[in-house]
Amino acid sequence: MTAYRRFAAGLVLSATTALALVATPAPAQEKTEFRVAWSIYVGWMPWGYLDESGIMDKWAEKYDIAVEIVQINDYVESINQYTAGAFDGVSATNMDTLSIPAGSGVDTTALIVGDYSNGNDAIIIKGEGGLEDLAGMPVNLVELSVSHYLLARGLDSVGLAERDLDGVINTSDADMIAAYQTDDVQALVTWNPLVSAILDEPGANRIYDSADIPGEIIDIMFVNTETLAANPAFGMALTGAWYELMGLMAAGDEAALTAMAEASGTDLAGYQSQLASTEMFYDPAAAVAFTESEALKETMVNVAEFLFDKGILGEGAPSADFVGVEYPDGSTTGDPGYVMMRYDTTYMQMAADGAL
Amino acid sequence: MQMRLINRRPGRPLTVFLALLPFVLALIGYTIASEIRLAANPADKLLPAPGTIIDTAVRLFTEGDRRSGRILLWHDTGVSLMRLAIGVSIAAIIGLVTGLLIGLLPHVRAALGIFVAVLSMIPPLAILPILFIVFGLGEVSKVVLIVIGITPFLIRDMSQRVIDIPTELIVKGQTLGASSMVIALRVALPQIMPRLIQAVRLSLGPAWLFLIAAEAIASDLGLGYRIFLVRRYLAMDVILTYVLWITALAFLIDWALRTLSRRLYPWAGEGL
Repeated sequence: MTAYRRFAAGLVLSATTALALVATPAPAQEKTEFRVAWSIYVGWMPWGYLDESGIMDKWAEKYDIAVEIVQINDYVESINQYTAGAFDGVSATNMDTLSIPAGSGVDTTALIVGDYSNGNDAIIIKGEGGLEDLAGMPVNLVELSVSHYLLARGLDSVGLAERDLDGVINTSDADMIAAYQTDDVQALVTWNPLVSAILDEPGANRIYDSADIPGEIIDIMFVNTETLAANPAFGMALTGAWYELMGLMAAGDEAALTAMAEASGTDLAGYQSQLASTEMFYDPAAAVAFTESEALKETMVNVAEFLFDKGILGEGAPSADFVGVEYPDGSTTGDPGYVMMRYDTTYMQMAADGAL
Repeated sequence: MQMRLINRRPGRPLTVFLALLPFVLALIGYTIASEIRLAANPADKLLPAPGTIIDTAVRLFTEGDRRSGRILLWHDTGVSLMRLAIGVSIAAIIGLVTGLLIGLLPHVRAALGIFVAVLSMIPPLAILPILFIVFGLGEVSKVVLIVIGITPFLIRDMSQRVIDIPTELIVKGQTLGASSMVIALRVALPQIMPRLIQAVRLSLGPAWLFLIAAEAIASDLGLGYRIFLVRRYLAMDVILTYVLWITALAFLIDWALRTLSRRLYPWAGEGL
């Protein structure tokens, strides 16, 4: 009977939570408890370590707040949850943030520009060949993801387009390695650690990767703009904790790196090889310089055009300029009247100045 | 004297009202939640207004894709229904034949009974990578996932139904000189056909589940594919349209099977 009651109580509780979740999208008031979501990816492993090492708690205490770091097993789901208001921040790429939260009208700020993919995303074919050989081939990838963007950029560089392929086949990243081993698959696009696992297979040949488009696939900690505006302490605590760990990583702190390697299912050497194809901004000043560069604007325009071309900005989107993006110098691309995505270097600059 | 609750029956108008009530309440609940979210953020995509869903539905059902010009929803539906039909038919045939054999032949029962019971406990989604490598990533693996998913249940149900056939019928068949074959085809088979339809109706839920899971993993067309694709940009208006459409299709298939069963086997009695 007790067990039954407890079950019933749990059910009522979860129903209430679900209702509360549905009814309260991203409150913008001042508050002291924050939740950020992250998912497994080489450049985001620090979030897991910040949580387990207590570095996050230390910085949160300094600013009299509490920050809960939650790992979500499914990347897209973590962004969707953030967009629905269940989290105050999420680790995501520049592209997915423009399409999901910003496209859904959730004003989102890039708080910490962590790294860009410098080879972590790759197009792989079986056997010899180059980008031109993709013509007439089916390509397996997670459709509408950065892989799809990489493919579009790659094809573009040799004067091909997606219609020249024998179609793209949406394939879950969780099954990409198994998919590679079937005869149906001739070419695929994916990201690390899958890339290194697949390249270990006989005959796998990397023909194009994100090092060919450096700085275009950017991994960022995004936070809700209104929440950040009402709670600067949240931004300061996250940024402070992040760059404390970046310092450790840059110094080659073995304990931290090993913990992150194990959490991502590899060993220290494996993790370091993934880091080698990731341009981490260990130094906040480098992140600020990157975020303030003109190249970022060009990248965001490219990304917006890709998203619009694939219909990802939604049927309501009249053009690729539907969503506005604001840059640190105050300039915008896209619709300046509907800015939903912002690059803000304030907090990274504080870290660079040692003001946190 | 007070009438017991279990003996009170609603009249015709009240029956209709009671049947509609949960639907109306669900719709009202959804509309309220949607309005709360849209008031906070007019561009919210999580719970689109019912009007938006209707607009999207009209567009999906009638307008072609911007690039290919094909009306994707119908193509998705055709492909998915084909996979479902093939998968469920194969599973039903295997279930029927194996069920008859296990139910009628003690030797087969001794050999396969426990094996099928164990087999039915394997979660098919957990062995997906093996299925991919054995059956490839094409149509076959999607159909196979449905077959693996629902066949053990069908076999077990069919065997049990055959065992449940009154012994008197089997004995009577034998005294009239029927062989094992004739008993299987003329006594057992007609008895379990309506049960097979019933079992297929019950396994359609899991069959849809496996179909959508298979399409989510590797595909370029299909209802499950589309749902998981547009989830990447949280197009809940599209997802909800597809969900309602799948629900309607599943309900229609279920209704068709029930009608078929009543037409063909009116003696099998009233079912839900």
